[in-house]
Amino acid sequence: MTAWLGIIVGAACCYLLKLAGMSVPRPVVEHGRTQLVAALLPVGLLAALAAVQTFADGENLTVDARVVGVACALVAVALRAPFLAVVAIAALATALTRSLL
Amino acid sequence: MVSHEQLRTIRNGVAIGVATGTYGVSFGALSVAAGLSLPQTCALSLLMFTGASQFAYVGVVAAGGSALFGSLTAALLGTRNGLYGLHLSRLLSLRLGRRAVAAHFVIDESAALSLAGRTEPLARLGFWAAGLSVFVCWNVATVVGGLGATLLPDPEALGLDVVAPAAFIALLAPRLVSRLTWLVALIGAAVALVAVPLTPPAVPVLLSAAAVVSLALVGKTAEGQQTAPEAGGRA
Repeated sequence: MTAWLGIIVGAACCYLLKLAGMSVPRPVVEHGRTQLVAALLPVGLLAALAAVQTFADGENLTVDARVVGVACALVAVALRAPFLAVVAIAALATALTRSLL
Repeated sequence: MVSHEQLRTIRNGVAIGVATGTYGVSFGALSVAAGLSLPQTCALSLLMFTGASQFAYVGVVAAGGSALFGSLTAALLGTRNGLYGLHLSRLLSLRLGRRAVAAHFVIDESAALSLAGRTEPLARLGFWAAGLSVFVCWNVATVVGGLGATLLPDPEALGLDVVAPAAFIALLAPRLVSRLTWLVALIGAAVALVAVPLTPPAVPVLLSAAAVVSLALVGKTAEGQQTAPEAGGRA
């Protein structure tokens, strides 16, 4: 039940942010700080999410097969591979590492 | 009569939708593998309809974070859609009723195709072409991916747990356009990793968000002026 609540609350927040953006008065928009925060927040969050989901196991930091997969994803991204290829290479590398360990 | 440019805009919108669909398949598969039901997975794609936030919600819940932490993380990632809305409201000049409908389709792809339109009608066409095409493809793909994952015996053996971090890296890469963005990414990752052993799941990512916001607010204005021209949204 809480899963559904989280989905509804999260979806409502995301929708209201979209609507708010379309409704906010212009001076706030053109404020440099607003633009800077909105540009940098996704960068910091995506990096944090990627790091946590690579190294965290509950409240512990570990190094396991996921690191190999994510390292392969980094190489694929650096080589400008398309999205699905990046994800598939990462999953394949992780699965192979697990089967070898 | 449909002009050459209108046709090209529509064709681009459809192409973007199909490309995003592949991403939707991985979302559907990941979400079900992470323990959400198929209806919950589909509800995220229908109602939240913004990829990075959906991946984040599923990631937080799968890591043991509470559903409300998940929705908070999703909302923080959704702030950039607000920024797109700021640009789009001027471009589309919609009345309240239509604006309420259009808002749901404000995502990276529709913002990008709209901003690429050289005239106001082309910008409007680009917004709707990309928005609707991604919406249809994204939701169909979610069902396909989710159904596929329900048939899989052991998602971890297939390495599906790295789909989310790999997706985050693929989404992050086009945003790393300056030294400041690299610095912010490194700080975000470092703060989160240091916080992992010290705080409950999902808190580390929120601490990173707080660090980034304070950095942006405290940093010198000169830096802000250098990085202001951005928002070339991709995926």
